[in-house]
Amino acid sequence: MTITKSIEIRDVIKFGLLAGVIVLSLSVIGFIDLLGTRELVAGMFTLGHIFMLAAPFGMAFVSAGKVSADEKNKALGYGFLIGVIAALPLVVLAILATSFDIRQFLPNVSPSLISLLTFGQGLTVGSLILVVVTGILGLLAAGLHTLPDRFQHPLITGLGWMLIAGTFSEILLGRVRAFFGRGVVKLIFAGKALNPIAALIIFVLAAGITYWLDTRAPKKEETVEDIKKLQKMTKIRIGLGILLLLVSPLILGTYLTEVANNVGLYVIMGLGLNIVVGFAGLLDLGFVAFFAIGAFAMGVLTSEGHLGLGLTFWTALPFSVLASTLAGVVLGIPVLGMRGDYLAIVTLGFGEIIRILALSDMLKPYIGGAQGILQIPKPSIMGFEFIQPESLFYIVLLGVLLAAFISWRLRDSRLGRQWMAMRDDEDVAEAMGINLVSTKLMAFASGAFFGGLAGAIFASKLTSIFPHSFNLIVSINVLSLIIVGGLGSLPGVVVGALILVGLPELLREFAEHRMLIYGALLIVMMLAKPEGFWPSEIIKRELHAHEEPEPVSSD
Amino acid sequence: MHVLSTTDVTKKFGGLVAVNQFDFDIPEGRIYSVIGPNGAGKTTFFNCITGFYESDGGAIKFMGRVLNGKSTDQITRMGVSRTYQNIRLFSNMTAIENILVGRHPHYKTFWMEAIVQTKRVLREEAEALEEALHLLDFVGLQGLGDQLATNLPYGAQRRLEIARALANRPKLLLLDEPTAGMNPNETIEMMRFIQRLRDELGITILLIEHDMKVVMGISENIGVMDFGTKIAEGTPEEIQRNPQVIEAYLGRGASSEVL
Amino acid sequence: MLQRLQNISFLDIALWALGAIIIFVVIWGTVATLIENPYPAQTWVETVVAGIAQGSLYALIAIGYTLVYGVLFMINFAHGEFFMSGIITATIFLAQPMKASGFLDAHPVISISLIAVTAILVSVGIALLTERVAYRPLRKAPRLVPLITAIGASFFWQYFFRGLYGSEVKSFPQFEALAGKASILGIPILKSHIIVIIAAVLMLIGLYFFIMKTKVGKSIRAVAENKDVAALMGINVDRAVAITFAMGSAMAGIAGVLFALVFRQVHFFMGFIPGIKAFTAAVLGGIGSVPGAALGGFLLGMFESVGPGLFLEGLGIPAPHQLKDVIAFTLLVLVLIFRPQGILGERLAVEKA
Repeated sequence: MTITKSIEIRDVIKFGLLAGVIVLSLSVIGFIDLLGTRELVAGMFTLGHIFMLAAPFGMAFVSAGKVSADEKNKALGYGFLIGVIAALPLVVLAILATSFDIRQFLPNVSPSLISLLTFGQGLTVGSLILVVVTGILGLLAAGLHTLPDRFQHPLITGLGWMLIAGTFSEILLGRVRAFFGRGVVKLIFAGKALNPIAALIIFVLAAGITYWLDTRAPKKEETVEDIKKLQKMTKIRIGLGILLLLVSPLILGTYLTEVANNVGLYVIMGLGLNIVVGFAGLLDLGFVAFFAIGAFAMGVLTSEGHLGLGLTFWTALPFSVLASTLAGVVLGIPVLGMRGDYLAIVTLGFGEIIRILALSDMLKPYIGGAQGILQIPKPSIMGFEFIQPESLFYIVLLGVLLAAFISWRLRDSRLGRQWMAMRDDEDVAEAMGINLVSTKLMAFASGAFFGGLAGAIFASKLTSIFPHSFNLIVSINVLSLIIVGGLGSLPGVVVGALILVGLPELLREFAEHRMLIYGALLIVMMLAKPEGFWPSEIIKRELHAHEEPEPVSSD
Repeated sequence: MHVLSTTDVTKKFGGLVAVNQFDFDIPEGRIYSVIGPNGAGKTTFFNCITGFYESDGGAIKFMGRVLNGKSTDQITRMGVSRTYQNIRLFSNMTAIENILVGRHPHYKTFWMEAIVQTKRVLREEAEALEEALHLLDFVGLQGLGDQLATNLPYGAQRRLEIARALANRPKLLLLDEPTAGMNPNETIEMMRFIQRLRDELGITILLIEHDMKVVMGISENIGVMDFGTKIAEGTPEEIQRNPQVIEAYLGRGASSEVL
Repeated sequence: MLQRLQNISFLDIALWALGAIIIFVVIWGTVATLIENPYPAQTWVETVVAGIAQGSLYALIAIGYTLVYGVLFMINFAHGEFFMSGIITATIFLAQPMKASGFLDAHPVISISLIAVTAILVSVGIALLTERVAYRPLRKAPRLVPLITAIGASFFWQYFFRGLYGSEVKSFPQFEALAGKASILGIPILKSHIIVIIAAVLMLIGLYFFIMKTKVGKSIRAVAENKDVAALMGINVDRAVAITFAMGSAMAGIAGVLFALVFRQVHFFMGFIPGIKAFTAAVLGGIGSVPGAALGGFLLGMFESVGPGLFLEGLGIPAPHQLKDVIAFTLLVLVLIFRPQGILGERLAVEKA
């Protein structure tokens, strides 16, 4: 990395204040306070502390990268300064909160927040501690940056693993207890958090293993044989992965399986929307419509209540999916001529129309209005009912595998190339003999197919559905997850769903601020990593990366 | 038999008449060039033929069949391919994928077959790939199939665009300034290549070109366009001597030596 | 002529059929309603006035969409949040404490001015921050990218303010002077509606002259015409874009205050649906055109207000007012199919060619 200009003291103040304002914002909206309830290492720190200190730490780390390498002391000093400055807005907040009743304006500036910010030591002492702690952290961050890579990398990895283990300690605890009994639990955990010694051991282990791996990993030289080996490995990995998926309800337990089922439903929807947005480039903000249609069709066809026809899940499934697919075509026709942003807003309108209609008195005699449809039976095969999340898991898994398989085959087919070509340049695609109307309708229909499939399973899984479950937020969730995962990438959908659907369910605190995080993620992803965490065709491009430098393309 | 014949083709944009009652006929197997100053309406005329614009009057016939009212994709499937003045490849796709998209009209399998991968699909894909590789060789880009189209050098992109157009197995190929932005050597190479297209594949070629050396070097017939109207037509020698053409290009009183 | 007929595809027929069906339903419903005549004349007048008042709010918000679209060719999804941010902040920090202390009733003009200024400042501040951080770096990116960013910004601000002020609905205090109805030409009309309509019309006229006559306005129009050429002419494009955002969000800030005066409650989600409606209004009038946005706003307000009672009541649909959003979105779809350039717009038709 080339730095044209080293940073000045003014930039240091700017960085520090920026970090401070970020933490201040997180504080006043109640984020940090909420996370303060989740202890990572017993008696030492909570997730709230992590988020409180992450910004100054990160800023100091980044700024240390902008000081030339031979001025280590300067970097350290700047790091310390950034940490100190970052604490100032928080100190101001603490002073304000203790001297005035600002809670009547900002309900989330609670005493517990102030106590968290001041480490429970009262205003004066606490503020001093805060300033010192952030300052030292800034110093450490800058110090970390000045370390050579072979130390820096293991340290960061170790820290990361420790934080991850701590964050999910409650879930880990449950699993450890189920498999190894209480004795082992007492060794590792204290209360719901990690105990300090266990945390230290995790840190040392992770750092040590990383160091060991780093020193022995040879520089990569790819040959044809390597590639063949890689392909073989991929096949083996996929096989192992499927095997692991098959037994995972046993490993995960009821709660985590339920989470996995929800992730799975979003993966199915994500794969559907991925065809529309990722492959065909048609930004659809009303995807929830198809989910809703699938769910309501399933509800009406199978419900044992007064609204339903009482069919079985398996008889109703094809009809539900067909209904949503047809809806995809019908709603697709009016928007065929629209491009980009107009398409987005009109599809958003469609999603809202479907929801409003579902809620309205007009359709109440058929689909129940706000009361929704109740008494939807769960799926069953030859007398075996899929009641527990552990058994429903296999239905969801079947849906995911089906959706993934179809997406994959379509992507690599002529139709997939048509979609890609259309996304790249509609006019030229048409000049290549591609019929835009049928190609677009195929995209809408396939997307709606998966949306309906997810909806049908959803209805049967919940046994009751209400129009309120089908609001715009669902569409935005699905869109966010495919963007975060990587538009057009099939594994990306899974990664995105795990991050955006799985994480908030595991960390209730995040669920509270879920939409805020989604919004911020969408912005940050577009600014920094528009191709997503698992970009499509990554292997192909990696293989060619050494042949010619690739110009940065952002779509 | 005329591959392409137009009578009184007109295209207006509001008050501006971009193409005005243009008519010409291209016999099979010819290289026909349309020349004219910037903004003379050449590309608009191309767009009328390919159905990108709907002409406001007149008839366009391809192999005796009326093209008016047909959509761009239909016209392409009838056997008309084109390239663009400012290369328009599918930049996020590889070279071979670009060619495969061009071959699109010749696929016969149904999309559902692709999901279960019937033998027909596999065979068709294999054939398509073979043909695409063959085309890649033909345009001299062997071995570059897996490159992203954007990563190819300029001249290669031009040739890839032609390969993509050839994948449609066209009877008529419309080339919009194929030598734009090329150095003299590349230009000569491209001229030879265009002649090969006609000689080896028997494709009729309609060319828009600015470079007079190219136009005079390879075309058998030339139509000259100015302000949307055809002001002259004939062999290169005739055009070079035509006073109206010289006037259109260089203004009144210019000498003919320049051409 | 025969040739023309050949050009009509299946798709055109389907779309025309769709249009015809909707028009038929509207006419049928209207006739049925008129025969049935379920409401007294007074109700119709009130509905129309409410429609105009609602429409003027849409018009003010639509200005922001239209200006930004004109300059950047992007739908600023977060615009509804600019609208919300100003008034919700002013309500929490000014309106509610002033009401509690009695200042609001003692000095209503000073109070409303303070509230309006605060709302505008906050709205503009949020807009400029969003533009600087989220939009400016992406100006040259493919169109899908800034659009997704804007969606992200919209949700970010919604839930930021939800976290900041809490998720419950907040009441906006009643101004005594604006309570009740006034009689105009013998027709009693809500005072708050009158204020909203007058204020909106004044703002719209002022803005129009600002854009058409002042130097700043001209620089904005130049940037909208062609950014590169404008830059060559010595216009600071970044500044012009920022001013565009500032003006649009200032209008949104005012709209927020007027909204609060009419509905007397604010909450974090209040910007979203009006934002989408206002966008619809901007498209209806012709996006990129200021008079178009105004016209579109008023029309949409009228359709939404009068539509359910007029078109749907006669069809025997129960509780037709639940479906007013459906009317708005259907209108949007119809406009985009049959006249994508809107009523007063021209530019898009050229751009697409």
